[in-house]
Amino acid sequence: MIQGVFKTLGVAALGLAVTFGAASAEPTKVGFVYVGPIGDHGWTYRHDKGRLAIEEAFGDKVETSYVESVPEGADAERVIRQLASTGHDLIFTTSFGYMNPTVKVAKQFPNVKFEHATGYKRSDNVSTYAARFYEGRLIAGILAGRMTKSNVIGYIGSFPIPEVVRGINAFTLSMRKINPDAEVKVVWVNSWYDPGKEGDAAKALIDQGADIIVQHTDSPAPMQVAQERGVLAVGQASDMTHFGPKAHLTSIIDDWNGYYVARTKAVMDGTWSSEDTWGGLNTGMLRMATYNEAIPAEVIEEAEAARKAIEAGTLHPFQGPIADQDGKEMVAAGATAEDGMLLSMDWYVQGVQGKLPK
Amino acid sequence: MIDTTAAILVTVVTAATPLVFAAIGELVTEKAGVLNLGVEGMMLVGAVCGFATAIATGNPAIAIIVAMIAGAVMAFLFGVLTLSLLANQVATGLALTMFGVGLSALIGQDYVGTPIKALAKLDIPVLSDIPLLGPVLFGQDFLVYLSLAMVAGVAWFLKSTRAGLILRATGESHDAAHALGYSVIGIRYLAVMFGGAMSGLAGAYLSLAYTPMWAENMSSGRGWIALALVVFATWKPGRVLVGAYLFGGVTILQLHAQGAGFAVPSQALSMLPYLATIVVLVVISRDSTRIRLNAPACIGKVFHPER
Repeated sequence: MIQGVFKTLGVAALGLAVTFGAASAEPTKVGFVYVGPIGDHGWTYRHDKGRLAIEEAFGDKVETSYVESVPEGADAERVIRQLASTGHDLIFTTSFGYMNPTVKVAKQFPNVKFEHATGYKRSDNVSTYAARFYEGRLIAGILAGRMTKSNVIGYIGSFPIPEVVRGINAFTLSMRKINPDAEVKVVWVNSWYDPGKEGDAAKALIDQGADIIVQHTDSPAPMQVAQERGVLAVGQASDMTHFGPKAHLTSIIDDWNGYYVARTKAVMDGTWSSEDTWGGLNTGMLRMATYNEAIPAEVIEEAEAARKAIEAGTLHPFQGPIADQDGKEMVAAGATAEDGMLLSMDWYVQGVQGKLPK
Repeated sequence: MIDTTAAILVTVVTAATPLVFAAIGELVTEKAGVLNLGVEGMMLVGAVCGFATAIATGNPAIAIIVAMIAGAVMAFLFGVLTLSLLANQVATGLALTMFGVGLSALIGQDYVGTPIKALAKLDIPVLSDIPLLGPVLFGQDFLVYLSLAMVAGVAWFLKSTRAGLILRATGESHDAAHALGYSVIGIRYLAVMFGGAMSGLAGAYLSLAYTPMWAENMSSGRGWIALALVVFATWKPGRVLVGAYLFGGVTILQLHAQGAGFAVPSQALSMLPYLATIVVLVVISRDSTRIRLNAPACIGKVFHPER
């Protein structure tokens, strides 16, 4: 928090410098608002990698600044306005809860471009962007379906929101296509980031027979536990190989670099316009970390074939027929789930144990 | 079944140990009449300093000592502000937490994403092979045993030693202790720094044994639970231990319950430690003699010898 304050002050100082500085050949200024610390090795860490990619791509033609650990609420609006009023040309607000503050501030600064992650409200100068992480879950499901021996998969969830439920379902559907006997146990830790609790959840799931741990939380603690206990795991957000070299099947990596560089370029060229991007594997917004060497070659081939099929658009993680836990048909045979359904998913598919907390 | 029970118990012990360390330290601080709300911050600084030392030296013993020193230094800072400069303890404690969060993040910048080997478990041969009790009692890392020893030591110190009596007297009535010729400020400095060292140790347990890594804000509120625990335990060392294992147990059991498919309201269970603390506060406040017996009368009050 204190760091955040200092950085805000720094942003203010930069603003003054721009006001009084030379007007010619001014660098394009790009600002970032982060929900967590850049050292979380997860969500915010990956966004900051994107910021660094902008710096690397454009050198002294750009100037970037960021404010980290900004709570989703009144503070966010103040921080966004601060960035907007200090000469930033493009501002990325990287958490769902920044949606309304972003739209509100954007109205007051029509010349500043805004990019809001994972939201759905847009205007002339507000774009939205997100990644189809569930496509990566399909690939993780293939690996799990082939590699599990106990047929019990432990899944650590953060909060029971559509984003996470979608991941659980995509994973389960893909896994059960290969291995119909495998089941998924879900444990919610009610936090995006609590290494201790995430690790304890992994231990609990392993003690209950899970031999593969999948996480939808941001710390590498579950990976470490899997390594220690000699089971396998799928990482999240960043490449978690070195937290569990033996356990690490793969990780689903967020990669905002390409998008951030492209959008900055668009602002520089004057071609920026408001868009809605929900990028999948084909856009590079998410990618898979290197597969573990211990995975048999034919399984890796199968996973890679699926990845290529998704990229080519011939495979969709939610292809019908799909039924919910009670057997009710949710997606008809031959159809695929529409984005609207994916964005509001609040039911489990068959193969997930327990009930979804409401 | 026995294996699962043993596994649950082992996890409960590791989940409770950082709470035991932080809470027993804060208990001593509060018994001397000082309320230090900076536990979370001191824990984080201890965690990052311990981790950095472990990376640099590869020696966990040195890492743990450095973590304790780091915690004590943070507490010393708190002491300078509240004991020497007579700042408000509540406000200073909160500031210390924020400072600790920021400082630990700054120190830890280069260590994010670096794994280390977890502290070795003792695994006493033969004994740790006993079903159920073996792994729980004889298969832990040495910090777990240290935490138990600390509780016993603090209980003995406060109850049966002259120094413990003086410390408690300072917390009960600093004017009386001062009139008897004891250095109230000096005693409180020592108590506060002991509390800091224990918080640092709790942090080291997190970053070296519990989840062997450094990540910003990795204590995730455990410092606050430790603070609640001291009140929950009504300032008694033995009850700190019971409370820590209870809070740890609830956390672990709810994870297991979820995995087993029971519908448990996990959000409600997350707030249980605080709820339990409020209940205890209500109960002991009803009977004022009970609270007077244990709660230090001078807690949080500023002491100035010339006044």
